Amino acid sequence: MQMEKKTKKNRQRRMENVIVALKNDKLSIFAIVWLIVLIVIALIAPLLPLDPITTDTTSMLKGISSAHWCGTDELGRDYFARLIYGGRVSLMVGVLAMLASASIGILVGTVAGYCGGIVDSILMRIVDVLHSIPWLILVTVVSLFLKRGIQSIIIVIGLFTWMGTARLTRAETLSIKEREYIQYAKFMGVPMWRIILFHVIPSAFPTIIIVATTSIADAIMTESALSFLGLGIVQPDTSWGSLLQRAQTYLQRSIHMAVLPGILIILTVFSFNKLGNLLRIYVEPRISEGDSE
Amino acid sequence: MSEKQILTVENIRTTFSVHKRTLEAVRGVDIHVDEGEFFAVVGESGSGKSVLMKSIMGILPDNAKVTADKMEFAGKDLMSLSSEERRRLRGQEIAMIFQDPMTALNPVKKIGAHLTEVIRRYRKVSKAEAYRLAVEALAKVGIPSPESRMEQYPHEFSGGMRQRVMIAMALSCSPKLLIADEPTTALDVTIQAQILELLKELQERENMSVVLITHDLGVVASTCSRIAVMYCGMIMENGLAREIFYHPQHPYTRALLRAVPKPVTGEKERLEAIPGAAPSLLALPQGCPFQDRCQFACAKCKGELPPVHRYSDTQSARCVFTGEELDRLAKEKKGGNA
Amino acid sequence: MAKYIIKRIITAIPLILAISILCFVLMNLAPYDAIDTMIKPGMSDEVVALMRAKYGYDRPAYIQYLSWLNGILHGEFGYSIVTKQSISLDLSTRIVNTIKLILPSYLTAYVLSIVLGLVAGSHKNKWQDKLIDGFASIGIATPTFWVSMLLIYIFGYKLRLLPIIGMHTIGKEGSILDFLQHFVLPYVVLVIAFMPDLIRYVRSSTITQFSEDYVMVQRAFGASRTEIMFKHVCKNVLLPVITKLGMAIPMLITGAIITETIFSWPGIGPYFTTAVNGLDYPVVMAILLLSSGMVIIGNLVADILCCLTDPRIKEMG
Repeated sequence: MQMEKKTKKNRQRRMENVIVALKNDKLSIFAIVWLIVLIVIALIAPLLPLDPITTDTTSMLKGISSAHWCGTDELGRDYFARLIYGGRVSLMVGVLAMLASASIGILVGTVAGYCGGIVDSILMRIVDVLHSIPWLILVTVVSLFLKRGIQSIIIVIGLFTWMGTARLTRAETLSIKEREYIQYAKFMGVPMWRIILFHVIPSAFPTIIIVATTSIADAIMTESALSFLGLGIVQPDTSWGSLLQRAQTYLQRSIHMAVLPGILIILTVFSFNKLGNLLRIYVEPRISEGDSE
Repeated sequence: MSEKQILTVENIRTTFSVHKRTLEAVRGVDIHVDEGEFFAVVGESGSGKSVLMKSIMGILPDNAKVTADKMEFAGKDLMSLSSEERRRLRGQEIAMIFQDPMTALNPVKKIGAHLTEVIRRYRKVSKAEAYRLAVEALAKVGIPSPESRMEQYPHEFSGGMRQRVMIAMALSCSPKLLIADEPTTALDVTIQAQILELLKELQERENMSVVLITHDLGVVASTCSRIAVMYCGMIMENGLAREIFYHPQHPYTRALLRAVPKPVTGEKERLEAIPGAAPSLLALPQGCPFQDRCQFACAKCKGELPPVHRYSDTQSARCVFTGEELDRLAKEKKGGNA
Repeated sequence: MAKYIIKRIITAIPLILAISILCFVLMNLAPYDAIDTMIKPGMSDEVVALMRAKYGYDRPAYIQYLSWLNGILHGEFGYSIVTKQSISLDLSTRIVNTIKLILPSYLTAYVLSIVLGLVAGSHKNKWQDKLIDGFASIGIATPTFWVSMLLIYIFGYKLRLLPIIGMHTIGKEGSILDFLQHFVLPYVVLVIAFMPDLIRYVRSSTITQFSEDYVMVQRAFGASRTEIMFKHVCKNVLLPVITKLGMAIPMLITGAIITETIFSWPGIGPYFTTAVNGLDYPVVMAILLLSSGMVIIGNLVADILCCLTDPRIKEMG
């Protein structure tokens, strides 16, 4: 009963810390609101009266108007619709890539941390090698070998961004595995995979969640960079990055084609980073200033 | 010992504002230090003893607010000084040394630089002269071959040596008052004794006043002439050392003394820890702060703050009961339990 | 200390070898190789086989690898499939152009970030900090190619102030003014790109330093805010920042791929992106190997710098 009361109080204090942080930093509130709006719209997009596909050669490259809230693109398609559908893809790629990257990272990190010894050394050497290649170059090179498209880009981002998660998870695992209940489980003969799955990972979960949130932000940035280079999303799919790429040619006439996707990327990546920050505040109990003793 | 007071503080209150809540760390404390005396402030962690001295020094973080009816040092009214004037007192007339010598020194600066910086701040001397004074200060605190030590970095010193360096820094400008905030808590027991010896020696030699902050009554016994006992931001009892040790009048003081391990003389006594823990400064009870842990607590304790009883010129305690009444109550309790 | 340096160099070597093997393997997985650049339509299979033998493509893999490695160590990176030109020759001119762009921008960003980071960290939660940290947070979320496009639009199209393509106007290769006009826009983009990360690093380091015990101790000894800042905190903050310079060495080659491509700046950037889009494997692999090598060297330099400057580590030998 005492323990339950303590954890409840703990959780209360953490929520308080988060709420204070929110009050102090108005941008955080905006970030959360933005993410909620974005996710909701992305999910219900097919139900909305949006048409990103129909071309209309009579109104190409038009600016903002009442008929087209964000203007039209080079084929007369409604840009507002294209932005929203592009957002769907960017978000989806971000989340899926994060899941891929997190899975690999958690797997490698926990196994390396738990087993130690040679397994650890080998896995960490692999991390070192991959970390030694400038990431954009690595990702570009590998995408050369894969067919262009959404799947490839998710795979590529997932395959080459797991290293950070792995290092963090390994560090967490190293400290968690010394805890008594883990030693006890080992002694009782519980198989390693069970220990990792049901004990180590739940304990490391807070750190993992924080990394995951910033992973989404990174994945969205990476996807937009790759699509911009022409290596990512192909027609008819569109993402914010590929929209920017197409906007390059029409820069002079229709600047709105470039400005809008960029702003959306900034807002989204920024918001995910802020979310990661808030989660960190929740997870780490803060010692208030002034309690000098 | 002269009767002149080097430091007089009346009704000092320190509050911290943390995330729109206020925390009272020091709640109406009166203390004074006479010239040339060795004064101790004793209390558990969180009692506010450190904050009290830092408030007087003026080195609290920006979210702290300090008010007092009177704060005088060496005849100067501290509250009327500008922050620049107050800054110039620090290190020169009032010096403070701290608990953790490991982190108290800048790891990338040499020991010599630490010392010469303070010296040249307050004395118009050349670099060479400052160097000489620094070496002298190191020798004074008992560091062997001081010249070679000047060029070394803090991590090359042991904990006890680092604390000596801090004391050297503190003494380098011959301050009138030295405040030592738990100077031995982070050190080995054997080194503790050495440092305390050093402080006592220096105090007598330099004729300066020393305030020793500690949670350990044992440390205080051999060195200090007067003691103040603090709890939850208030002084519970103060008096001469022999008064406190032989005739404690406050339940908290008595409990503290029972908890000090003593060398066994005759019958073996149990070490009595004080049950419970100090209340959080964010949720202080009405009335006496010690009520939850005091074996004599009654309804009177829960209302207003207990009054201060004076037992002599030098001793006073803040409790609803006098010492005699407490003795009687204790006998009754024992009789009842028998 | 020399022991430590030598040890570090020794551990770096297997890493470089591992990467070279990775590159070699990737290169051979590619559907085309250098011989294909020399095959003319109509050549019979025997001629092709002879050519392969002549250039050593029929030897076992590890021998090919070793001779390739040998070539690399002598600066021979092979030939481009697309342009048939010597990769090392191309690389040498292009690296110079890239450095001309990146070196000034990185240094500018570095110095500015240190100043801004120190200011932000020492005024934590006050308006200076909120402004600077806000700028950094938004900066991290901003795609650099987007900024490039905006600047091109404003200064190139709307205001017609600055050229937006290349490093020189044709015919004016000697003119410094012409170079600077071409240089300004990509320089600004890169400075904006490099700053946010650095600012956050310096800021976080400064905040940590200010909350250290020794700062309070210095205050207790009468040090003023400026004294604490410049005589104590600065040194502690700058030490790790200097080691970051080592990590920036690989940036000299690959720090601005996208920006160079947008501005058609004749550096490694467009060379790389053209090669990628044209499936020019030898070029891609050469850049891969070169840049990875730089990362490893950069890490090494960073470690050595750290060792040289931090008195605590110097001791550990």
